[in-house]
Amino acid sequence: MLEVKGLQFRHHHGEDDILKGIAFGANMGQITTILGPNGSGKTTVFKCIAGLWKPQRGEILFGNKNISNLPCEKRAKMLAIVPQEHEPSFAYSVLDAVLMGRVSHVGVFSSPSKYDYLKAEEAIETVGIAHLKEKAYTKISGGERQLVLIARALAQEAPILLLDEPTSHLDFRNQLLVLGKVRGIAREKELTVLMTLHDPNLAMLFSDKAVMINEGHIVSNGVPQSVITEDNLRKVYGINVSIINWNGARVIYPRIDS
Amino acid sequence: MKTKSPIYLLILISPFLAGWIAIFIGAYNVSPFMVLKVIAGEIAPFFGNPDIPERAIILDIRLPRVILAGLVGIALSGSGVTLQGIFRNPLVDPFILGISAGAALGCALSVGFFPEAPIQIMAFIFGTIAVVLTYTVARTQGEVSRLPLILTGVIISAFFTAMVSIVKFLVDPHKLQSIVFWLMGSFSLADWNLVKIAGAGIIAGVLPIFLMRWRLNAMSMGEDEAKALGVNVKRERIIFIGASSLAVSIAVSVSGIIGWVGLMVPHLVRMLIGPDHRSLVPLSMAGGAAFMIFADTIARNLTALDIPVGIITAITGAPFFIYLMKKGGKESWGR
Repeated sequence: MLEVKGLQFRHHHGEDDILKGIAFGANMGQITTILGPNGSGKTTVFKCIAGLWKPQRGEILFGNKNISNLPCEKRAKMLAIVPQEHEPSFAYSVLDAVLMGRVSHVGVFSSPSKYDYLKAEEAIETVGIAHLKEKAYTKISGGERQLVLIARALAQEAPILLLDEPTSHLDFRNQLLVLGKVRGIAREKELTVLMTLHDPNLAMLFSDKAVMINEGHIVSNGVPQSVITEDNLRKVYGINVSIINWNGARVIYPRIDS
Repeated sequence: MKTKSPIYLLILISPFLAGWIAIFIGAYNVSPFMVLKVIAGEIAPFFGNPDIPERAIILDIRLPRVILAGLVGIALSGSGVTLQGIFRNPLVDPFILGISAGAALGCALSVGFFPEAPIQIMAFIFGTIAVVLTYTVARTQGEVSRLPLILTGVIISAFFTAMVSIVKFLVDPHKLQSIVFWLMGSFSLADWNLVKIAGAGIIAGVLPIFLMRWRLNAMSMGEDEAKALGVNVKRERIIFIGASSLAVSIAVSVSGIIGWVGLMVPHLVRMLIGPDHRSLVPLSMAGGAAFMIFADTIARNLTALDIPVGIITAITGAPFFIYLMKKGGKESWGR
């Protein structure tokens, strides 16, 4: 179990705390989704857990071990990250790009071994992009590239998978496809998946747990049905919504008053 | 795991081909066969090596020059591909980032004012100062963006070039001539002693790059992503930049400023075999050596005089850059 405890963060010359004591947990084999409006501190939470930013106070525990101060080689074995904005660099083949996930497993002066190739190919199979293996990862669609980055994270063989708004650049179909894949992988490999999302409907559809953040505080935390409510959405986003129950599914429907 | 195309092999042997051709072309006519015979005789003495004039020309004049050119090509092209990788910027090379200008200042100071300070060490110190300045000025908010890096490189280069001009202005005229000629970039002073110095320094610089080349793939994903993948970005950047700076400074100290090689060769090789640094690094080094030997052969034989080879690389480099800009467009600029 991944536990975040009392996370407090402010920028170097910042006046106010961006995070004011964030605490929640995420379970193995499940998807936990962080929701919140722009500027709520969602991305900051993410960067603190990812180890890119150092929180002033608080700790991140995994299986009761503090992982917030690990050196990056060791952290990469605990925690794999799928970044939100990936600016493609050189035109690596998909296989070479996924292979980069093995960096923390390969010695500084060595090249990847047969075993590393095996792991990379396995990850490519898992996300179902074997047909793209030899293609340049810069020349495939945004959805496919997102899958490549997920495969790269899987090749890292870390028990925790972090995804920062995995759907933000994807079309309607690819959003469902990518999140569906992530859910399947989380179940199959028993990964602890933590992601941030903008769309409460997608969060409702795909998460096992939801954490709603606003102004550096946790507003609500628990099963999606209890977190994503008309009241909470109104409070946090300042808009009127209705939640419609239809055939057992809950659909969030914004009310546009004109 | 990897299909090796004939191009791969061709690039690897190209420096030897270029070297062979470079040795039999020249003011004094030597036959291609004679070159092989003399070199074979030298390597395996039991074939016997007659003491003919060709022997001295090949072994004492042309061979060290070819080897020196090859080493400098390895240094410039190898560090070019490294810097392009860690800054994920296909438009940088040691020349653009100011290493060459910095090393030149170190050399000029050593030649002009401090003859007791070894020229190689001065070159390394100032080359490193220049690239570290470029890096720290261009780095904002934890990332080094493409355009600021190049602009900063231009600024730092201009600054160090101006400092070289001050040295040229103040130094006594006898030394001025040698500084000016040397700055244009030339292998005309090559001998075995220079080959030894350059060989030790350049190999010490490019060896870590060669061994760590696969990590350049991950590093070219940008600082945050490389960190998340488990690369100690700070430490490895220091190693890569330090190693590049060492190789280039030594190259500058033995041959002056030779631009464009570090930009042009990695580009060409990347177009031919793709961006995977496991092949790209060794093949860029081989290609750089071949190109440098080739350019030097032209410099030596184009006219009765020995034209500085830096002029040749600049003449081929500028049109190449324009061609890349026009044709490759988005692709070669890496978006």
